[in-house]
Amino acid sequence: MIAFILRRLVQSISVMLVVALIAFSLFRFVGDPINNMVGQDTGDRDREELRQQLGLNDPFIVQFARFAANAVKGEFGVSYRQGRKVSTLIAERLPATLELSFAAAIFALVIGVPLGVYTGLNREKWQSKLFLALSLLGVSLPTFLIGILLILLFSVMLGWLPAFGRGDVVHLGWWSTGLLTGSGLRALLMPTVTLGFFQMTLIIRLVRAEMLEVLRTDYIKFARARGLANRSINFGHALKNTLVPVITITGIQLGSIIAFAIITEQVFQWPGMGLLFIQAVAFVDIPVMAAYLVLVGFLFVVINLVVDILYYVVDPRLRVDRTIAGGGHG
Amino acid sequence: MSGKARFVALAAALTLGFFGTAAAKTLTWANDGDVSAMEPYYLNETFLLGFLGNIYEPLVGRGKELEMVPKLATSWEQTDPTTWRFHLRPNVKFHDGSPFTADDVLFSYQRVIGEGSDLKGKLGSVREVKIVDPMTVDFITKTPDPFLPGQFSQWYIMSKAWAEKNGAVKATTASSKDENYAILHTNGTGPFMVTSREPDVHTLAVPNPNWWGKVEHDLTEVDFRVIKSDATRVAALLSGEVDMVYTVPIQDVDRINKTAGRKVLQGPEMRTIFLGMNQTLNELTDSDVKGKNPFKDVRVRKAFYLAIDENAIASKVMRGAATPSGLMVAPSVNGWDKSLNDRYAYDPNEAKKLLADAGYPNGFTVGMNCPNDRYVNDEQICQAVAQMLARVGVKVNLLAETKSKYFAKLQDFQRSFYMLGWTPDTYDSWNPLWNLIGTHDQALGRGRFNYGSYSNAKVDELIGQVQSEVDPKKRQAEISEAFKIHKEEFGHIPLHQQALAWGVKDNVSLVQLPDNVFNWNWVQVK
Repeated sequence: MIAFILRRLVQSISVMLVVALIAFSLFRFVGDPINNMVGQDTGDRDREELRQQLGLNDPFIVQFARFAANAVKGEFGVSYRQGRKVSTLIAERLPATLELSFAAAIFALVIGVPLGVYTGLNREKWQSKLFLALSLLGVSLPTFLIGILLILLFSVMLGWLPAFGRGDVVHLGWWSTGLLTGSGLRALLMPTVTLGFFQMTLIIRLVRAEMLEVLRTDYIKFARARGLANRSINFGHALKNTLVPVITITGIQLGSIIAFAIITEQVFQWPGMGLLFIQAVAFVDIPVMAAYLVLVGFLFVVINLVVDILYYVVDPRLRVDRTIAGGGHG
Repeated sequence: MSGKARFVALAAALTLGFFGTAAAKTLTWANDGDVSAMEPYYLNETFLLGFLGNIYEPLVGRGKELEMVPKLATSWEQTDPTTWRFHLRPNVKFHDGSPFTADDVLFSYQRVIGEGSDLKGKLGSVREVKIVDPMTVDFITKTPDPFLPGQFSQWYIMSKAWAEKNGAVKATTASSKDENYAILHTNGTGPFMVTSREPDVHTLAVPNPNWWGKVEHDLTEVDFRVIKSDATRVAALLSGEVDMVYTVPIQDVDRINKTAGRKVLQGPEMRTIFLGMNQTLNELTDSDVKGKNPFKDVRVRKAFYLAIDENAIASKVMRGAATPSGLMVAPSVNGWDKSLNDRYAYDPNEAKKLLADAGYPNGFTVGMNCPNDRYVNDEQICQAVAQMLARVGVKVNLLAETKSKYFAKLQDFQRSFYMLGWTPDTYDSWNPLWNLIGTHDQALGRGRFNYGSYSNAKVDELIGQVQSEVDPKKRQAEISEAFKIHKEEFGHIPLHQQALAWGVKDNVSLVQLPDNVFNWNWVQVK
């Protein structure tokens, strides 16, 4: 198991290198940062000097090698836009994004799984049909639209929730959290729902479909024949067997929640990494863009690793296969 | 001063009067982007320097009519044509309590012209700064510079002792490996002091209790927030979470004005939007006319001008938030001439005739470069221009793209037809004459933004005279003559000055000026 984890982590390094390589080959098409970094009166000589100092005239493979060499040492340089260390910027922004992403994932699971089970078990009830109709909305409405609608309703019309920001935060070491203050929790509500809505509807439909599938299988029929209680059949036997695909999807979706928090963060001015990235793209802030993409690549690898480990916990067959196969993994 | 259009907007208090008794009065305001840094020499940009002008101060500032007002200098005079003497304000203290003296002025001069500073150009004409006594400083210029004090309004004085103590003697360079102390920390002499800052989130400031000047605000705190998304920023104003938004998208102006207790203050900005045409290439790079450059023919340039219906652009594309302009400068810029500001009337038939006379009876094809995220409705303006030109037979291939790509392309001086906007940060006409209209000369630094390479020897001569002319009357005559020649030769096609749009609550009164600087000392929250 440990060898497996180590191997995955080593793989993650190559994933990050490839991400960085692709990113650097794309940066040439984003535009010229120099113009954003200086005022209109700055002379051509100063501009050229700056370009030279930043190494922007070097071929991209040289720029990439320099970035990789520094990144290995944990140095991501200084932001072109803010003049601050990229590592500091990311560390400041990471807690906001992670708190929002996990809140959204928990929201999606806590609402999505029970509703999925409910609609699976009670196919004919009108409530199920209503939930499914609503879930269609969630799949088809774009995130920013949901966000804007929520703001319009709860901030502008009702005045209950803040339209933007993270509220008051408490600093625990380098981690800043909004979970410990009233305004922080209130500020978290709308972004969480916006970000988690699509995942929630996905989970409802997934759990429902899996439940319908599993309820038709022989072992459920057999369990019923044995006279087991419905509760035990539905949750002990059926639900547990629907979880493997749910874990896979949730895991992959968690990665995309973090990566695609960009839109939600922009709508709600949530001070996370996604917002940082969007601003970096507009400015051609290459050090920030590179660090962000590499970090997201790393998060995807870690999440996939956790998902793989969870399979072992949930699915006994994998453990058996593994002892027989004696080391290989698939 | 007839040429100085002033736009002072005052909001009256309607409601909420009984809330504001002796309680804390916080002004919460928002912009779509943050101040890049707290470093006053970081970027020569209106928003950054305007923001920091509440915290730091120049020697000579600007008043409510954009007139020069004494700040850290109480008076100034020319002792000879190349020497400006500034008498410094006594008993001024920086926020950290250290006294302000001539040493700080000399230090700030060395810092602003040194490595890492983006404001070198503001003091480009200065050869040397001499301390006469602790309260008197001489600025020696390379050539006579009658307008030197006017260029100082956004060059702020920093504390020598503070910078030395905190290792911020040099301004930040983007290529440096470490953060500069002055990026996050401030120590000015101004009416407000920054108490906390989270970049891209919010910046808090409180009034400076020891400020030397006349306090005109009634605030106890200023809370600046960044809200990038247009819709969210407007929503925050409508819901009352913020008292003022600095940038209102044109399409939301009506919505805000229709909401009770909210309104939009609009006024002409100093920035002029114009079109440029390449007049040096022997063959345009993206045209179907081969072997010659149609823009070298003044008739073609005139035809382009006459074919564009600027009034339609101002009323339709800009929804009225633009003032059509016949000059390359706004009325609030020194040197603007009312008699030259009328545009040539829209006349597509004359334009067709001129094109036919020039040898293009069926028009021609030409590429156009345009930004899509720099000026108000920039891409839509270019689309409208392309459609209008199509009516006289000119087919425009429009390329609208993000500013980072767009500006990089312009700088090679190879583009045929482009759009640009310009704000003279010295509030004076010499700046656009030198940068936009003067013949491009890399060694001199003249015409660096004259991307179409308009060139006229007489105009260049006048620009040289304007630079050192001491008599205001003669200087105005020279400026007007240069603008007149440029206008008659259709060197560029000026379009309009776009409007500023600030959204405010009715209980906030403030002063909006064409330079788009938001001065907190002029804010009252009722």
